[in-house]
Amino acid sequence: MSRTAARKLWDKVFVSAVLLLSVASIIPLFLIFFHIFREGFGSISPGFFVNLPRPVGESGGGIANALVGSGLLVLVACIMALPLGIAVGVFLAESRSNLFSTSVRLSMEVLQGMPSIVIGIIAYVWVVKPMGTFSALSGSVALAIMMLPVVVRTTEETLRLVPQSLKQVSLALGAPYYLTVLRVVLPAGISGIVTGILISVARIAGETAPLLFTAFGNPFMSANLLKPVNSLPLIIFNYAISPYDDWHALAWGASFVLVALVLALNLLSKIISQRFRVEF
Amino acid sequence: MLVLLTGIFVSLLLGSQLSLKKFGFAFLIGTEWDPIAQDFGALPFLVGTLLTSFLAIAISVPFSMAIALSLGEYFRKGVLSSVLRSMIELLAGIPSVIYGFWALFFLVPIVRSMQMQLDVPPYGVGILTASIILAIMVVPYSASVAREVIAMVPSSLKEAAYSVGATRFEVIAHVVFPYARSGIIAGILLSLGRALGETMAVTMVIGNTNALPTGIFSPGNTMASIIANEFTEATEEVYLSALLEIGLVLFVVSMIINIAGKVIIQRLDRSHRTSKK
Repeated sequence: MSRTAARKLWDKVFVSAVLLLSVASIIPLFLIFFHIFREGFGSISPGFFVNLPRPVGESGGGIANALVGSGLLVLVACIMALPLGIAVGVFLAESRSNLFSTSVRLSMEVLQGMPSIVIGIIAYVWVVKPMGTFSALSGSVALAIMMLPVVVRTTEETLRLVPQSLKQVSLALGAPYYLTVLRVVLPAGISGIVTGILISVARIAGETAPLLFTAFGNPFMSANLLKPVNSLPLIIFNYAISPYDDWHALAWGASFVLVALVLALNLLSKIISQRFRVEF
Repeated sequence: MLVLLTGIFVSLLLGSQLSLKKFGFAFLIGTEWDPIAQDFGALPFLVGTLLTSFLAIAISVPFSMAIALSLGEYFRKGVLSSVLRSMIELLAGIPSVIYGFWALFFLVPIVRSMQMQLDVPPYGVGILTASIILAIMVVPYSASVAREVIAMVPSSLKEAAYSVGATRFEVIAHVVFPYARSGIIAGILLSLGRALGETMAVTMVIGNTNALPTGIFSPGNTMASIIANEFTEATEEVYLSALLEIGLVLFVVSMIINIAGKVIIQRLDRSHRTSKK
């Protein structure tokens, strides 16, 4: 074989290898979906959403407390993180780059890469220890710290797209700066901000590690902020590592619900960002 | 934000003071983790974390590079690329507890049967299983950064190589990769940061033994998994403090890796902008 032919052949081999590996890396995705669907879909019934988990040996248990707990945790986390996150995002987008804004941005990025278990420890030290008990509140604090960087970054990125001229018009009409931000800049970027919120909610809805020793889990129904609550990821973790088949079935069902929820949030954020694109 | 980050650091430092004072540097090289005797050394977990993370990176790099090349060079547009891209995004969006659950029931039996054929103790769980699931989880991170830098390679450079008769593979090997090298490394660093701190999936399949791992098949524990497993059991001050110190180590390591990755990406951005002008 001539040298040229060999080079051409090698080129072909390389492309095939690249394609093969690319396709191979999404196989786990299909396997995970397939298994969750196969194992989890059977557990899904109307009762699954309204019943409490039952002891081993009794069928018909549900995940109602986990759904309520997850909802509570995420809601309170949003209440804490969104105002702060959006404010910091506005600040970063509006401020000129100086030492302060650079270090704020850097600390944001470090926070984003922080292992979630470390954030769990922090919520434990800050909230659980002084209060003396595991609580939904401490879980929400941990989740709020986790979602903060995502909200800040998407807010900043979106608001940077809002043109200066828009702001200048508002200022020229005599609007004070704070009104310009509230009535012109934020509405112009609202779809991007909403997308960021959805993405961050999708991220924290599946978080388990920071909840292990903050929200802790609770086999009963509870919506009390100051008491331990259950959550979807926690129920999956606790029942997955249990030795009972009944509980595994429950965990598969809960996985099915969680994955469906996370995918729906991701899809929704994608639709919003495409339908209402921030463009000028 | 600054306050938050400093607060986290200070709290971890204060919380781990007791163990810092008692064990000093020996904490990092001690192999004994004995809550009853209150003797704590974190070396098994350090080794466990490093082994799983680097093994995971080694497994994931060929895959993430292939994806980056597919999306950034071979198929930049079209149905195939958008399908592949959204699949990868989905992969990044699956919660880690789901990965762990799935690995526990479908990866562990596979590894176990493999171990039986190799005639090693068939635990199923262990360093290797954790590394495989970690590799699957971090592929999207390094792939997305690498894709961006590979797509940034100026076409004039590539065309120059084509014009002297290079095949596409030669262009990739001699033009695209050298140009995108630092970005690819940054992406790998970021996914390394992910792998080091990943908790749930690893905790569920690593086997949770506090001895120094003897090989890739042996069960072990990582820094993150030991915290997840024992934090709620830690009733003594020193025990809790030792776990907090592990958290501190995790914090510092992931901060260094993240900042290094960001610095490389930023420098790359700047040089890209100036080369365009």
